[in-house]
Amino acid sequence: MTRLAIAAQGLRKSYGDKTVLDGVDLSVPEGTVFALLGPNGAGKTTAVKILSTLISAGPGSGPIRIGGHDLAADPQAVRAAIGVTGQFSAVDGLITGEENMLLMADLHHLSKAEGRRVAADLLARFDLTEAAQKPASTYSGGMKRRLDIAMTLVGDPRIIFLDEPTTGLDPRSRHGMWQIIRELVTGGVTVFLTTQYLEEADELADRIAVLNNGVIAAEGTAEELKRLVPGGHVRLRFTDPAGYRSAADALTESARDDDSLTLLVPSDGSQRALRAVLDRLDAVGVEAESLTVHTPDLDDVFFALTGAPAVPAQPAAPSEETVR
Amino acid sequence: MSPFALAVRDSSTMLRRNLLHARRYPSLTLNLLLTPVMLLLLFVYIFGDAMSGGAGRSAYVAYLVPGILMMTIGSTVIGTAVSMATDMNEGIVARFRTMAIHRGSVLFGRVIGSVLQSVLSVVLVGAVGVAIGFRSHHATVLEWLAAFGLLVLVALALTWIAVGMGLGSPNAEAASNSALPLIVLPLISSAFVPLHSMPGWFQPIAQYQPFTPAIETLRGLLLGTHIGNNWWIALLWCAALTVLGYAWSRAQFDREPK
Repeated sequence: MTRLAIAAQGLRKSYGDKTVLDGVDLSVPEGTVFALLGPNGAGKTTAVKILSTLISAGPGSGPIRIGGHDLAADPQAVRAAIGVTGQFSAVDGLITGEENMLLMADLHHLSKAEGRRVAADLLARFDLTEAAQKPASTYSGGMKRRLDIAMTLVGDPRIIFLDEPTTGLDPRSRHGMWQIIRELVTGGVTVFLTTQYLEEADELADRIAVLNNGVIAAEGTAEELKRLVPGGHVRLRFTDPAGYRSAADALTESARDDDSLTLLVPSDGSQRALRAVLDRLDAVGVEAESLTVHTPDLDDVFFALTGAPAVPAQPAAPSEETVR
Repeated sequence: MSPFALAVRDSSTMLRRNLLHARRYPSLTLNLLLTPVMLLLLFVYIFGDAMSGGAGRSAYVAYLVPGILMMTIGSTVIGTAVSMATDMNEGIVARFRTMAIHRGSVLFGRVIGSVLQSVLSVVLVGAVGVAIGFRSHHATVLEWLAAFGLLVLVALALTWIAVGMGLGSPNAEAASNSALPLIVLPLISSAFVPLHSMPGWFQPIAQYQPFTPAIETLRGLLLGTHIGNNWWIALLWCAALTVLGYAWSRAQFDREPK
């Protein structure tokens, strides 16, 4: 049985009349990446703030355990186990990158020598050695974010919260950040990240929860989530009009595009479904020139679940009740 | 680590951070000294003859310097309010809150740093005072120590108030505005003119506000003037403001951030 790094039940939080989190269950096994995906204002940051002891959970929330410690009873033990990189830069811009690192080392009560060693290692690892003697306020967005994460890693935390770690970064820095996160996980660290980028969740996360209006609209692996939304199909392209017509007759459920001699056969993209299509083609003795499988991507899922407008025609999104 | 050792260790780390800021950006501290130094020179060299009422410029320098020194503290801690407000708007304090450190150390480090800064400022402005002729002829070592102790206590009290003001302000500009009384109050104390030269209805206000008793006590210690009951009113003010400022600051800092 895997141990849970993060376990929260019925997480609630409201400010006045506004309910931000309305009963969110979260469980993250040790050594995995969990992505909390949602549009702006979904409550992602609030969830991170609660789990990282910054704010208290609202009344009616269930127990929260982080790294095996009860968050309400022993917040200091939780703090000792976690590292947090918030959405907004948490570096001291007035001092240099190295001084920021040494500040963290001091606050983790490392010895002088140990602190210097850890600071130098991390600065090198995050490609900041050259800029180490410059004030952090002069850093670019990507450098600041790297310094931010480097500072988070000083105490060697086993559980790391990253609140929108790549928001505002250019594509190159974003890929650098993904690499960093993958390396962390290789080292056995548990990562809880929030993002509004589906691609990011798809790339990094073992499990993804879609948060919308303070409730989890769906949860699972990227593949499981994609299967929640219909819209997958097999695209068959033909070169010879006769073959195209007999295939269209055999696959009556398909949508035809007579101009390009292309058939779209609705399918969940599974091996069984694919074989069925091929068998029926074989039965009429037709061979397609090309075959591509289109599974719905997370974009489809996201838009369907969060009810955002401007989505390609999709069947009605499953309501939150049926999913939960 | 015991809670006390943790508090000492983390507070000294925070203190080092604040001193690093002060050392890296000395202009921030020095700018704050402009007001008291300017007023000192203005009142001695421009208004000096009128203010001294014929007693001579050097007598007025002696009268003025203790008040200017107290004003220097008020001016220095405005910087404390501003940097506290700035700090709270940066993500770094949120980071501190999620670390297993002593919770009050952010404030303690700030306060100790600010008191040290105030003392340094007082020494610098005091040096200007000496340069333009201020002399303390009769003060004993004990009186010097008492004067120093008084300055530290006033700095501690005003710093805690300033930290509270900084925490209560949404940004640096607001903090600077809300800390304005710390530099206005000395103007309506006995720093520049004796109480008896003020309108009768105003004298009680000037006499019992925090700065006047402290200034009169400092004057007495350095120049041998009559202290009377000013010393214990001054100590009472220091104690009250320290306790009030501490409680106010802690309450604001411990309040859940949005």
